[in-house]
Amino acid sequence: MSILTYREALNQAMREEMRRDETIVLMGEEVGFYHGAYKVSKGMLEEFGPMRVLDTPITELGFTGLGVGAAMVGLRPIVEMMTFNFALLALDQIVNGAAKMLYMSGGQFPVPLVIRGPGGAAHQLAAQHSQALESWFCHVPGLKVVMPSTPADAKGLLKTAIRDDNPVIFIESEVLYGTRGEVPEGECLIPLGVADIKRRGKDVTLIAHSKMVFVALEAAADLEREGVDVEVIDPRTLRPLDTVTLVQSVKKTNRAVIVEEGWPFCGVGAQIVDVLQFRAFDYLDAPILRVTGADVPTPYAKNLEHLAFPDKQHVKDAVNKVLYRRPVSGDK
Amino acid sequence: MQPSDVGSNTANLTELFCGPDHPPAQTLEERARREDPALLKTLLEQMLLIRRFEEKAAELYTLGKIGGFCHLYIGQEAVAVGAISTLEPDDYILASYREHGHALVRGMDPGEVMAELCGKQSGVSKGKGGSMHLFDKRRHFLGGHAIVGGQIPLAVGAAFASKYLKQPRVTFCFFGEAAVNIGSFHESLNLAALWKLPVVFICENNRFGMGTPIERASSLYDLSQKACAYNMARTWVDGMDVLAVREVLKEAVERARKASAPTLIEARTYRFMGHSMSDPAHGHYRTKSEVEEQRHHDPIKTLTAALETIALIDSEFLEELDQKIRDIVEEAVAFAERSPEPEPQELYTDIYVG
Amino acid sequence: MMVKVLMPKGSDTMTEGKVLKWLKKEGDQVSTGESVVEIETDKVDMEVEAMGSGVLRKILVQAGKVVPVGELLALVAKPDEDISSLVIPQSRAATDAAPVPHAGPAHAPTSRGATPSAHEPANGGRVLASPLARRMAQEMGLDLNRIAGSGPAGRIVRQDVERVAALAVEARAARVPEAGSAAAHTPAAAPTLPRRPAPAPTGPEFYDEPLSSMRKVIATRLVQSKAPVPHFYLTIEVDMGRAKELRESAKALNPELSLSYNDIILKACAAALQLHPQVNASFQGEAVRYYRRIHLGVAVAVEEGGLITPVIRNCEGKSLQEISREAKDLIARARSRKLNPDEYTGATFSLSNLGMMGIEEFSAVINPPEGAILAVGAVAEKPVVVKGQVEVGFRCRMTLSCDHRVVDGATGAKFLQTLKQILENPVYLAF
Repeated sequence: MSILTYREALNQAMREEMRRDETIVLMGEEVGFYHGAYKVSKGMLEEFGPMRVLDTPITELGFTGLGVGAAMVGLRPIVEMMTFNFALLALDQIVNGAAKMLYMSGGQFPVPLVIRGPGGAAHQLAAQHSQALESWFCHVPGLKVVMPSTPADAKGLLKTAIRDDNPVIFIESEVLYGTRGEVPEGECLIPLGVADIKRRGKDVTLIAHSKMVFVALEAAADLEREGVDVEVIDPRTLRPLDTVTLVQSVKKTNRAVIVEEGWPFCGVGAQIVDVLQFRAFDYLDAPILRVTGADVPTPYAKNLEHLAFPDKQHVKDAVNKVLYRRPVSGDK
Repeated sequence: MQPSDVGSNTANLTELFCGPDHPPAQTLEERARREDPALLKTLLEQMLLIRRFEEKAAELYTLGKIGGFCHLYIGQEAVAVGAISTLEPDDYILASYREHGHALVRGMDPGEVMAELCGKQSGVSKGKGGSMHLFDKRRHFLGGHAIVGGQIPLAVGAAFASKYLKQPRVTFCFFGEAAVNIGSFHESLNLAALWKLPVVFICENNRFGMGTPIERASSLYDLSQKACAYNMARTWVDGMDVLAVREVLKEAVERARKASAPTLIEARTYRFMGHSMSDPAHGHYRTKSEVEEQRHHDPIKTLTAALETIALIDSEFLEELDQKIRDIVEEAVAFAERSPEPEPQELYTDIYVG
Repeated sequence: MMVKVLMPKGSDTMTEGKVLKWLKKEGDQVSTGESVVEIETDKVDMEVEAMGSGVLRKILVQAGKVVPVGELLALVAKPDEDISSLVIPQSRAATDAAPVPHAGPAHAPTSRGATPSAHEPANGGRVLASPLARRMAQEMGLDLNRIAGSGPAGRIVRQDVERVAALAVEARAARVPEAGSAAAHTPAAAPTLPRRPAPAPTGPEFYDEPLSSMRKVIATRLVQSKAPVPHFYLTIEVDMGRAKELRESAKALNPELSLSYNDIILKACAAALQLHPQVNASFQGEAVRYYRRIHLGVAVAVEEGGLITPVIRNCEGKSLQEISREAKDLIARARSRKLNPDEYTGATFSLSNLGMMGIEEFSAVINPPEGAILAVGAVAEKPVVVKGQVEVGFRCRMTLSCDHRVVDGATGAKFLQTLKQILENPVYLAF
């Protein structure tokens, strides 16, 4: 067991896989000489050389399509998006290319590609650099979407994603890159499609992914002091979603709150609500609530930005609502 | 094997291959005399197969047996036939949605191609792709793509993989002239030249992007010149002359295989039908007389005439050939007709591996 | 705020109830959840809790009166609150269901045809409850109309259902047994000679005893059963010699256990039904319902007259000992009218035993919607012929009433043959 930062865990995952399989290459902007815009690929150019760690021009559609084409004929590329905001430029190749190639070709051309990079907001990066777009990718059949929250999850899931023969959208987070956590030694592969119960409880189910897991855990810690026992579940893979774990938890607690960074309309949480109301209808003691980002482009001003994303108070309020509970005095 | 030269901008590649007069002007007949007779007959046969197949596809479309979009290659046969005749079986081909001809030349079974157009399970993509998504892994035919320019980055990727895996493969990427204005074209050519990849970009300039002539869409009409922006070797060729196409592509293939460098080739051609079965052959965007005039340059007609002139073939040969082709096409249709539709559960297969 | 005490709907067949006894008097302080009155439903007696606190200002229906479900029985309010609008005497026919207390100030009730339905909440007829609360209430046999909701807009949520269920349990535990609930019938008691009745006095030729709620239900339901259900009857005589031995050896092993013939027959029925699932069935109009589990109803005579059928659930998984224990408990509570609704509903097959009254054989009426009922007569000593010799045998005659729409002659007969085989070879019960 070692203590690694989230970015070190990703670095290790890529290195281990690239050592194991020579068909894996990494390409993206600044991944080589610059050691990665967020230093995730630090030292990899030195280890693997310029044919395997490729600095690309700023040409997202081009290099994503290149990745898809190469994956069709025997390579296993990892395409880094400097941030997933820029993936919008590559959407045609992700959706019309990667996601559909296997189906359109009648099963002949799988696309074993990983597209990875940070998503969601950081601090005051403003409207075009702060988007949480995972629901866009979740919408497309043929793609898998993974969003780890801890270093151990990051390493285990990235290794599995690289070994998966399907196109995987692997969304990390800038604000999590520096977080530390225990990472087991060895091939600690984590299967896709399996959620993780980050905190066990019995009074209410909180479902959160990526950085929102920590908002949920903070809220849970506060609520514990008030005698509310919160269960926090991190789906880890958004598509395919681990419905069984989520439903089992709600059947136990009878109530759920979903915490997500993205915009509310047609967000990931909306899909989770649908799953829960369908499969756990008779177990629900309250409507399922969502705590989401505000339905606005992200503002620059610090105070406005703070209002635009969920915080632990929002989460606590929602939990109190589903528990029909008056909060302890002092809270709103 | 050289790694990509970051920031390199040498011009020596361009010098290998430039100028509007290249290849030297020769007639089709002159080229034919110097070419292997068996190959000539093969080229004619292949063009005729495409022609008859596409005519039959048009017929089936009007009968409702082919649905959706159907883009015919009639008039442009010389480009696919001439170009692909320079490839090895292991080389990769990517094309647009007007790819029936390319698929047939590559050796894909006409019955299976027809079945795919008719949406049957025996089709090359199990009926799930359709006219615009013909694929054949064994023959390295990487599709069949419906988004304009979508295949260009893919071709660069295939070329990258070949270079990476140290395979002597070349990748051909066919696209229309309207694709040279889309972003993916520029990004792809830049990457191919920057990283020195073994890909040949073949722009089939049939002068019309659906209903828009090239002059209304492109700030530069001499399309092959666009390669200059990427320091890439380039040329244009008369796309109605199958042997001229073949000659030019042979050089490009050699450059790709030996120097691992890309080429942009503009093949100037013409389509006699509309953009697709839903579009008119002539109308607002071009006159009937223009189309009829262009038929004089029909590549099959001109090659036939040339081969007759050099006494390689006669009318009896042509009749037999035509009959043989018609039989092949009829059998393809019969095969497609008697094939079943895909099973309902195929709706949910091939979305994910495993 | 005014709190209404209403006649609750104690079971799904209940349409009216009787006020038995007021536990509080006018002027008493009442707090939320406290029992204020005892009422009689069509099956059992129960207590009604107040949904709010205050002073019991007015009792509107006196003990002994029968009123429809939903009727206003009493009012709890603040000492100085004006309740005049609600205590205007009205004929029963004009009483309507008034809104629940928390919905706002009360208004004069409008005249409406009497309906036996429960009180209507302010949102126009719908009871708001979370899906979980609904399911829990249904499973526990609690009526949502009787539960006050603490959620938004009066939504009934889990904690409300749990609260009512807990109070009901407490109430039962605390209930003082009724005066007059006599000791259980003792089987095989020495019959006492009936006293010669006194000569009838002069006066009317007859008197009408009003039907108790229970009698009314029995009358209605069993006519419902007899008329449309095509009954036929199959009788068989079973040699209870080995069953007798089983009883005696069980008693020798554990005197406290006291297995009765009824217990053994119940267990044998469960076993036989597993082998003949076509008899564990019900006619449903468009289909025959075959039950996957075996819930045995045991007909029990009730003190003041009447019949109730407590249910032993999931007999397919229960041992003879468990069935015996459960039967004893249920029968005892049935006699004293202390069963929960879910304890006397849901049988898939019933058994009626008049053996202890000396009846040799009889035919019972099927309890709808079941497909059959077994009527058991007395286990009697009688001369029997075995291998050409006359001996003393212990025989019991049993009659199976079958619904011909579900069970036909051969099926019923085969079931009885199996039952007989099991009873005559109790070792089968070990498997």
